[in-house]
Amino acid sequence: MIIGESGSGKTALIRCMVGLNEIDSGEVLFDDRNFYGLDFTGKKAIRKEIGMLFQGGALFDSKTVEENVVFPLSMFTDLSVSEKRDRANFCLQRVNLVNANNLFPSELSGGMKKRVAIARAIAVQPKYLFCDEPNSGLDPKTSIVIDSLIKEITEEYAITTVVITHDMNSVIEIGDHIMFIYKGSKWWEGGKDEILKSDNEEVQDFVYATKFMKDLRTKL
Amino acid sequence: MIQTSNKLTNYKIDLFIILIFNQIFGQFMKLFFNFGRYFILMKRTFSKPEKVSIYRARVFEEIDILGIGSLGIVAIISVFIGAVITIQSAFNFINPLVPIYAVGCAVRDSMILEFSPAIISLILAGKIGSSIASEIGTMRITEQIDALEIMGINSASYLIQPKIIACVIFSPVLVIFSMFLGIMGGYVFGLLTGVVTNYEYIIGITYNFRPYNVVYALIKAGVFAFIFASVPAYHGYYTKGGSLEVGKSSTKGVVYSSVLILAFDLILTQLLLA
Repeated sequence: MIIGESGSGKTALIRCMVGLNEIDSGEVLFDDRNFYGLDFTGKKAIRKEIGMLFQGGALFDSKTVEENVVFPLSMFTDLSVSEKRDRANFCLQRVNLVNANNLFPSELSGGMKKRVAIARAIAVQPKYLFCDEPNSGLDPKTSIVIDSLIKEITEEYAITTVVITHDMNSVIEIGDHIMFIYKGSKWWEGGKDEILKSDNEEVQDFVYATKFMKDLRTKL
Repeated sequence: MIQTSNKLTNYKIDLFIILIFNQIFGQFMKLFFNFGRYFILMKRTFSKPEKVSIYRARVFEEIDILGIGSLGIVAIISVFIGAVITIQSAFNFINPLVPIYAVGCAVRDSMILEFSPAIISLILAGKIGSSIASEIGTMRITEQIDALEIMGINSASYLIQPKIIACVIFSPVLVIFSMFLGIMGGYVFGLLTGVVTNYEYIIGITYNFRPYNVVYALIKAGVFAFIFASVPAYHGYYTKGGSLEVGKSSTKGVVYSSVLILAFDLILTQLLLA
């Protein structure tokens, strides 16, 4: 998980990791393959192994829910129409979204959009899943549902998932390895339990920003 | 005191010249930057498609949305312009040495040479161009283009190529449709208003007809279609910001494509007719 204040550079970092922003220096390694050292074909091969969940879902407006999930399958597989539909239905059921196949993104709630985006991302069985603030704009209950879904999918498909968030509930709920970004730099790195006990001033300010978390610290 | 005042005036003039030069230089650099980026985008747009069958389906989809969807406006404008040219020509040809069948010639040549290819393209630049720029611009700001890139899809090729191909294929069809309706509109309204007879009009539209003029019009239609599809697509593709910027991209796309259509109208006329 990558956490940090708004404007600290979390989204810029994830965009560099998936190749949407060019980097000035350094390397982005996917199983020892340097993404920025590869040619167009090499980059394309890695991108096919990446699934991404965008902040707003980034669903295609002109396509229905089912067409959105079928789309990557149509582009990169030779499956028949019925096989693609079966796979799409399986993915939609996996994210607990039923009877929504023929709806358009404009007819969906924020949580449903996120589910469809997750279904689309897992349709091609990616090796890496990147989530840019999956809980933004969602109520606390739906946030927990989306968090749990991301955790379940990560374990079920044995994929590497990178989640960007500033929601401490998510960190405690699904965090495994956490990185704290501050003013564009990596400031702290460690486990879920370590972050709660960290004596780093900036990390403490961020983690215990809410009254609820302050009370929790007092109890700890 | 006077010397100091003169020095200050000279300093102000120098500063003014530098500012003007800087402004002009800046605009030129911006122009070159946009030209370069446009050609790089076009190179990406016309690279090999990921899956030909999907692209082919998208071309037909775009022909339906952009081409068939424009038939109505093209028909209305062409009929009325044909009628207006007929009445205006008849009104102006008062010299007894000019035969009345010249009205038919005027309608035919006005429609074929200029109105159908150029003016219809300008109208389509407004209708289709703004639609392309706003569609692609909205996809950019809502991260749909990023989603395509993440999947390993060449977003420029997937989004822009079918639109350009659809416009270049269908625009000549619209132009022929416009020529036919314009000449028919002139005929119907000419007869209804009594400014020209059936016989005179038919003689006029067939008199000294040059089939090459139609070829010239179709070449222009193809080139203009490429402009009014690609230029707004370029502005939409590089939209940054929010909904306000989508509107700005749409306006820029229409304005620049209209200016380019007029410039290429002049260039092609010189090259093909002179």
